[in-house]
Amino acid sequence: MHLVFYLSTMLSFIFRRLWLSALVCLTVLVISFMLTHLSGDLAASIAGPNATAADIAIITKNYGLDRPLVVQFFDWAGHVAEGDLGRSYLFHVPVSGLIRERLPVTLALGLTGLIIAMLIALPLGIIAAMREGSAIDRGIMLIALLGQAVPGFWLGLLLIVLFGLNLQWLPISGIDTWKGYIMPGFVLAFSAIPALMRLTRSGMIEALCADYIRTARAKGLSTTTIVLKHALRNAAMPVVSITAVQLGFMLGGSVVTESVFAVPGVGYLAWESITKNDFPVVQAVVLFLAVIYIALALLADMMNALLDPRLRI
Amino acid sequence: MAPVLSIANLRVSFPRMEAVRGVSLTLRGGETHCLVGESGCGKSISALSVMNLLPRSAVRSADHIRFHEHDLLAMSERQMAWLRGDKIAMIFQEPMTSLNPAYTIGSQMAEVLERHRRASRRQALDRAAELLARVGITAPGMRLAQYPHQLSGGLRQRMMIATALMCDPEVLIADEPTTALDVTVQSQVLRLLRKLQQEMGLALLLITHDFGIVARMAEHVSVMYAGEVVESGPVEQIIKAPTHPYTRGLLNCIPVPGMTKPGEPLGSIPGGVPHIGRGFLGCGFRERCPMAARECAEPVHLHDAGEDHFYRCRLPPDWKLDASP
Repeated sequence: MHLVFYLSTMLSFIFRRLWLSALVCLTVLVISFMLTHLSGDLAASIAGPNATAADIAIITKNYGLDRPLVVQFFDWAGHVAEGDLGRSYLFHVPVSGLIRERLPVTLALGLTGLIIAMLIALPLGIIAAMREGSAIDRGIMLIALLGQAVPGFWLGLLLIVLFGLNLQWLPISGIDTWKGYIMPGFVLAFSAIPALMRLTRSGMIEALCADYIRTARAKGLSTTTIVLKHALRNAAMPVVSITAVQLGFMLGGSVVTESVFAVPGVGYLAWESITKNDFPVVQAVVLFLAVIYIALALLADMMNALLDPRLRI
Repeated sequence: MAPVLSIANLRVSFPRMEAVRGVSLTLRGGETHCLVGESGCGKSISALSVMNLLPRSAVRSADHIRFHEHDLLAMSERQMAWLRGDKIAMIFQEPMTSLNPAYTIGSQMAEVLERHRRASRRQALDRAAELLARVGITAPGMRLAQYPHQLSGGLRQRMMIATALMCDPEVLIADEPTTALDVTVQSQVLRLLRKLQQEMGLALLLITHDFGIVARMAEHVSVMYAGEVVESGPVEQIIKAPTHPYTRGLLNCIPVPGMTKPGEPLGSIPGGVPHIGRGFLGCGFRERCPMAARECAEPVHLHDAGEDHFYRCRLPPDWKLDASP
């Protein structure tokens, strides 16, 4: 009886969020189309700097760029809906194949980064909250501040010099072995740690002041149970949301990190295609990253509904 | 009856104020002892001191706080945690915020027994269902699977009481358990508390600001004002012959059956509770007292007013307010 009720509220919740996500996807589709077409004369960029007016006219004709924008949009959107993201001008293969090929690398790198970030940020955030105002707390917050100030590409280069060249512990580029994921994963994690840590800390400080924590203490529960069961679950919601956003940043931010460490993922593909005016690929990667963001936000909402029963209705 | 809980000369101070100034009280087995006074008089702080649940900024000291022969002051936080919820349980004023919104009623009740008795989840839930039925909650099996936000305030407070009783405690401290409830529900919850206290032989330390509740519930009462117990004794005797000017004032504010004449307006005490800083001397009530004199600014000692009946005032027990100025 209870389970049926639980499942039905959960399902209606998921359907409502899915519907909203579909609307956001449509918006992103329109915007990513608009941005590529507003960024200048596509035919001229494709033809390159040495092209004649006649060349440009031919390209315009061949790619159908002379048609009204609305017609071009529905043509493109129709193909996207069928899973056809167009062909790369550079590699002369379907874009969807290019992304599919490189996606596992980027996902593996993003997840590595996320796991490293959580392993560092959550315990430090919890400890800082439990010792609020102490020297330990201030030290941890100082690390967070430094973390926010250090740019990822610079940290990446420093790590390459130290662990790759001087100590020779880790490979300086590529992902031929799992060791290749460590440095780029850490660089990605580094950008996410300060936000995750701050949010864990502030959420835990608030939760630890709550009346229900006093009740838990009055029940004689152990400190571990009080902190990890009663406080953390209530502090977790904003952390889950920001984790999803940070994973999105990491996957998007992998454009820089992947090019520093020469990791052949989606980010590296994006960097290559931007520098070489391969517009179908740029457009597809933008769209693809946007969809990942939306999916992550949806996932975060669903996890929050699991964490807080009050959100399920 | 031997005292179950005894507090001697308890002092609690915060950085900017003295919240409790030398409170002593004794709670006997199977008796209800009311701690009564206005908000801010230190009654909740005194109760939290017993449980060692004071905020971090508070400093606690006392000659002793004893549970049977164990000195609670000498106990480590770990030892205290084993006592809390097992031998000494406590319930709070706000049933809304005192429950964790993220866990079911069943989970929040069961964890007490799992912790203190190493019970299995199954056993603990059975005990929880039994106690929910005992505090008058219908369909306990369904309630166990519900979350706090799905229950009314009255149900939540009943559930808090049931949770406190999971381990058959000897002492129950109830901090204004009915203040946040509707008047009709208040009366039901009080009746329930009284019934459980008598059936289970609990020593109940009940904190309230309402002398009506004292008259209904308690055998013994300690009246607190500005961090001190100003009068303490058997309820019947104190209602019949209050001695401290503050107790008289408080009793004047409420209708007492058989004491208040119909048609006579109820009284009030002018002024407010003073801020007690470090080094405050004398009677805390003197600014609002109709009988204040110069010697009230000097330390006041306890006086006997009958068997088991003490008060902290310079006046004789049978003082009368001089009507003619």
